[in-house]
Formats: sequence, structure tokens, C-alpha cells
Amino acid sequence: MYAFDYHRPQTLRQAVNLIGRTEDSKVLAGGQTLIPTLKARLANPANLIDLGAVPELRAITQKGKSIVIGAMVRHAEVAESPLVKSAIPALADLAHLIGDPHVRNRGTIGGSVANNDPAADYPAACLAMNATIITTKRKIPVDQYFQGMFTTALEEGELISAVSFPIPSRAAYAKFRNPASRYALVGVFVAVKSGETRVAVTGASNGGVYRWTEAEAALKPRFSLAPIERLAKPPSTNMNSDIHASADYRAHLVYVMTKRAVAKALGR
Amino acid sequence: MPKISMTVNSKQVSATVEGRTLLVQLLRDTLRLTGTHVGCDTSQCGACVVHVDGEAVKSCTCLAASCEGAHVTTIEGLAQGGTLHPMQEAFREHHGLQCGYCTPGMIMAAVDLVNRKGFDLDEQLIRSELEGNICRCTGYHNIVKAIAAGAANMSAQPVARAAE
Repeated sequence: MYAFDYHRPQTLRQAVNLIGRTEDSKVLAGGQTLIPTLKARLANPANLIDLGAVPELRAITQKGKSIVIGAMVRHAEVAESPLVKSAIPALADLAHLIGDPHVRNRGTIGGSVANNDPAADYPAACLAMNATIITTKRKIPVDQYFQGMFTTALEEGELISAVSFPIPSRAAYAKFRNPASRYALVGVFVAVKSGETRVAVTGASNGGVYRWTEAEAALKPRFSLAPIERLAKPPSTNMNSDIHASADYRAHLVYVMTKRAVAKALGR
Repeated sequence: MPKISMTVNSKQVSATVEGRTLLVQLLRDTLRLTGTHVGCDTSQCGACVVHVDGEAVKSCTCLAASCEGAHVTTIEGLAQGGTLHPMQEAFREHHGLQCGYCTPGMIMAAVDLVNRKGFDLDEQLIRSELEGNICRCTGYHNIVKAIAAGAANMSAQPVARAAE
């Protein structure tokens, strides 16, 4: 790891001020991606701003018909939260499938959503549930937020403070994970809210998380398995291809995981 | 360079570290608590698992400075005087180790598992909860047996949980 100056702000305001005052800074949330990146010398920031002591980013609350999760809430906390489990069990389920128990004790939702790894799990939940990304500057609708792998609408010095998920009437996440890294080879989150069905796919595309609009259209008249079974598999163009899975295999998995997610959302 | 203070195995410690110093480096190199091991150094193998404020974390993927004010427990903090912690005793009794390299992380993960899920652990749960700990010797059978037995023994000795 290259050397950097370490900062530990005690409030969100201090954190934002620090980012404004320091050159070439990176923000540390749970560190489960950033620390390995620093260790591999793939990043070389002059300043590291640790959000670990900022208390106001740690809450899970219900606001009206939405569940609002603070940016520094750990995956283990989402997985075990009685509120999340009762309002959006699929989200607790997704959090439980990230990494391993020790990684889930450190990794945060804000870190995952800010990083937008193309194989991360939370981006699929955000996109499928039409979440709002709440930052220190504004509220960003999710359809404008994810802009390709490792790319988001976040501006320089803008921090995620929370993610707001409208509570869906039905939702489920189906993940086919790499057994070694536990990242999603393909993960599909389906969510139904006010008659609209959204199908979000992570791990598959070289453009990062995306909505499979053909599947959404097929599910529009009725949310059931039959229309998905009749649907053509998605093309393998733009699918990732690496030592773990070919583009064709990933396209196949998108189809299979969508079917499994729909079945799970139907309680089957 | 950050000056940090924390409680490690019930003792107050302070040190001046670099921002980039990992928790495992502070424990092993500065405090000479070499029971915590570094296996893969890429947050996969779990040999470096310690407890920070009662939660199991991979100390190779955590900055020392991030643990300012925290309560850290390492494998050295489990035994009480000359008496092994019930989970350590169960690993010995059930031959839950061969080379022993992964054992400190396994035991810290196992104690964390008991703290979260209670004393009655079935095999399937233990196996799924061990996904962050890799052993290259035993094939896990005896580790799983040891954890089930250690959990049951911990219920008989509730004081063991207070090691945090």
C-alpha cells in the first residue's frame, strides 16, 4: 500500500469539508473493496477520509412507504434488521448473500452503491426497486444514477448519505455466485410495485447493472412464470466474458436467474 | 501519523501508526500478538479474523487507525489464565486442526458465530457460516464437529462469552 494521510472526521459536515479542503482524496466506508485495492496498489490517493466515526450514517428507518438505509450501515445489519426483514425480506436476503460473515460485518451499502462494481449485489436491488440515492447535495433517481461499470452520477466531493427503497409488493433476488469470490456471476432482482415490474441484472453486462426490459414487458400483464418461460434468452452481446464464465453462459444465467427470482417472488 | 488508542484483550494500548498500517500489522508487528495469522492477505482465507467491538472482522482488511477506541479481542485473549476457552478446548478434543495455521481465525469465527446464533448450532449452519474461513488440511469435518461441541460447552460456561 502506498502511504497516505489518514483523516477521521466525527460528523458528516466535517467529512464533506475535508473532501473540499484536501487534494486527491478517497473516502473509506467499510473498506472491503477499497483496502484490497490500496493493497494491490491499484489506487494511490494522497488522503484517505474514513467515515467510520460518522454517527449519522448508521440508521435504518421507515419513512412513509420507504425503507431508508444510512450509507454506513453494514451488510450484516441489513441482513439482520427486523425492519428490513419484515418490509423488504428480499433485501435482507441479498445482504446475507454478500461475501462472508466477516466481510458483511464491515462492508457497507453506501460503499457498494458508490463503487458500482459490475458484479456487486446492491446495485441490482437499487435499480429493481426504483430506489433514490440520497447524497450530501441532492436526491438522485436510480435510473439516472448508475452509468456503467464503476461509474455513477456522483460528482466530485459528493457523498452518499442514504439509500431510500420504496417498499415493493413483491420482490426477490436470485444469485448465481462465484464460489471463490462470492461475487455475483449473475444476480437478478425482480420487484413489483403499483403494477410495475422491474427486473435488474448484475454481474452479467460489461455496462454494469441494467434492466432487462424484455422481461419487464413480458411480466407487465401478469406477474407469473409462464411469460418468462416463453421469453427468448437474452443475446450474449455486451455480456462479460472471463475465466469464470463465457458471455453465452452469462446470458443463459440471466434467463435462469430471472426465472428463479420470479418463482421466489411468487413464494415458490 | 495517527496516534491511536484501543483496548486489546482487555489491555489499554496506544501506538503511533502510519495511516496505511493494517490492524493485523499492529497486532502482530507492534504488539507482538502473533497468534493472529496472515494467510492470503486478500480477505478470503480468514486466518486473520479477530473481534472488533464484538464482531468478527478480517484484520488484514481493516486499518489500525479505523479501530480507534475499539475493543479488540484476538486468539490470545480467549484463554483465562491457564484454562483454554471452551471453543479452543473443543478444537483440541475433536482434533479440529492439523497444521494449525487457520485455527486462530477458525476459533475467532466460531466464537462470533456462537455470540450471534446461540449454543445449539447444526452442521449446515456451521458450514455455511464458515465460508469466510479456509482450511487446507482437514477437509472441515473435525472443525465443524469441534464448533458444534465448543458451542455446547460455551453454554455451560457463560463467562466465556464475556471475553469481548
